[in-house]
Amino acid sequence: MTNQRTTELPDASGHFGRFGGRFMPEALIAPLDELERHWRQAMADPAFVAEFQGLLSSYAGLPSLLYDAQRFSTAVGGRVLLKREDLNHTGAHKIRNVLGQALLTRRMGKQRVIAETGAGQHGVATATACAYFGLDCVVYMGEVDTERQSLNVARMQMLGAEVVPVTTGSRTLKDAINEALRDWVANVDSTHYLLGTAAGAHPFPAMVRDFARGIGDEAREQCLALLGRLPDAALACVGGGSNAIGLFAGFVDDADVRLFGFEAGGDGFETGRHAATISAGQVGVLHGTRSFLLQDDDGQTIESHSISAGLDYPGVGPEHAWLADTGRATYRPVSDAEAMEAMVLLARTEGIVPAIESSHALAGVASVVQELGPDAVVVVCLSGRGDKDADTAARWFGFAGRAEPEPEGNTQQQPEQPGPL
Amino acid sequence: MSGVGPRLAEIASSGRAALVGYLPAGFPSVDESVSLVSAMVDAGVDVVEIGLPYSDPVMDGATIQDAVEVALAGGTRTRHVLAVVEAVAGLAPTLVMTYWNPVERYGVERFASDLSSAGGAGLITPDLIPDEAPEWLAASRRHDLDRVFLVAPSSTRERLVTATDACRGFVYATAVMGVTGARGAVGAEASGLVARAKEVTDLPVGVGLGVSTGRQAAEVAGYADAVIVGSALVAAVQRAADPADARHRVAALAAELARGVRGEL
Repeated sequence: MTNQRTTELPDASGHFGRFGGRFMPEALIAPLDELERHWRQAMADPAFVAEFQGLLSSYAGLPSLLYDAQRFSTAVGGRVLLKREDLNHTGAHKIRNVLGQALLTRRMGKQRVIAETGAGQHGVATATACAYFGLDCVVYMGEVDTERQSLNVARMQMLGAEVVPVTTGSRTLKDAINEALRDWVANVDSTHYLLGTAAGAHPFPAMVRDFARGIGDEAREQCLALLGRLPDAALACVGGGSNAIGLFAGFVDDADVRLFGFEAGGDGFETGRHAATISAGQVGVLHGTRSFLLQDDDGQTIESHSISAGLDYPGVGPEHAWLADTGRATYRPVSDAEAMEAMVLLARTEGIVPAIESSHALAGVASVVQELGPDAVVVVCLSGRGDKDADTAARWFGFAGRAEPEPEGNTQQQPEQPGPL
Repeated sequence: MSGVGPRLAEIASSGRAALVGYLPAGFPSVDESVSLVSAMVDAGVDVVEIGLPYSDPVMDGATIQDAVEVALAGGTRTRHVLAVVEAVAGLAPTLVMTYWNPVERYGVERFASDLSSAGGAGLITPDLIPDEAPEWLAASRRHDLDRVFLVAPSSTRERLVTATDACRGFVYATAVMGVTGARGAVGAEASGLVARAKEVTDLPVGVGLGVSTGRQAAEVAGYADAVIVGSALVAAVQRAADPADARHRVAALAAELARGVRGEL
């Protein structure tokens, strides 16, 4: 553990220790400088902050509840408090970041927003914010993803966004980011790139964290009100890492609160088909930042695998890499099967259907309680709701009512249909 | 001092701009990429850029993206890129154009050492700015290699100073705000950018992005020290029916571009 406090990071050049920075074409450096300047001025401007907070409460439904999940706790051990980001407008924590960046876009005098999306959740959130502010919106989405998430394509179109299928590379999230960067470098005078996670070149990791940190700040206050003390641990899933860094930001200076991030272990950590970037990746540079990433011996990006599209990314935000490196936070893989089991467990104990992403964090509770003891109180970020995942869950569990049989390519061993709990 | 500087100075003293030609290693195969480079040098390319194929080429348009996908699918590794450099470096001064992660993964010091052993002149680094490059600055000095950083129309005077101070060999001015690829017209901003760069450096300034014809090369040669052509050469290979046709098409385009920089069109 270093002596440097996380709240002082990144440093002036955008680094979290040896991670972060700006690995970007020179053409984008001046625009990144300009973005950082506008963002810092905005955050120091009480009128901007008040407008942001006002939007969060009047439009997005915040602060979100901290819910004492007693039946789920009985099933897994410990006392589990759920930070209900699934109840936010658009159904996930992402509304915080998109409203912040859309406000900033307007403040910078730009009229056009571009974004990348994997499953479509960030695309829908961005399209929502653009509709609210009357901004033009173009969302890049891998062609593979537009096919498997056609419902979200329709939602974005309903909101007035143009969805551009990306046909290069692996035609998934990382290629959508590449294409968005190509658009940005050509149109940066008129366009803000509304990046969806706490990764990318400085200032994005710090900016996205600060727009999302209400998750942790609210949870901290709510814990103190409910328990009269802080929780023993804070848990979140980690893909790029925006919900986790938002939660951790509220607790990182409380040395007694353990921080746990759960990465997508895919088919199983040992199979190599996963998205467990911190647990299995090496240090490298992708999409503008130095962090852990999945790469081969030549530094070519390796495609990640996860049942959860929102965690299916071969990189991770640089602050998470730093928190892992210093030992402040602990990162562990959770397999597809473990996440799906936790998803259905929460549904049947609490009547809450979580996103598969968030289910990775729920699946991690048991190991944390085992480590911290049965009296442990843990806050889990329920980062999104699971409606979007009903189809995947139906296929996984073999629920009836589905017209089609197993799709192609799914060779995973199917678990038994869960019985009554 | 080695690198491309002496050759560029020699060309400048003859009263013309230099022609820099780019082709990716391993496209369409490692052996054919060597033949294609040889063909373009024979036809009048002065300085060679060998592209290191990378999975996430954010500065490249569709033409080069397609070519490097072919190279990677064909099994091109970093060591093959160095082998291509070794095979062509005797023909003309040869730089490697590479995104940063493959160098970092190979090891910055090891890459510099092996590039130098292969006879390479240095690196062009499209996603590495000098601010993030202390390890490369040191390794390139130890191994007497060129460092070509980019400047762009958006670069402030302060950024121009930072970039050009760190360069050796030449400065790469991107003609437009955008990615690689042939364009109908070279950006109107290019000549202004070259003039602004020359206010802060004595190094030669090359212009790339969008140059595809002899006439455009002649126009750019009117204000820049070097004319850099990539996508148009790659597209010539993509249009070819067979390897011999590819060499013929590359040579024909290189010859047209060479006449352009000599004002012979």
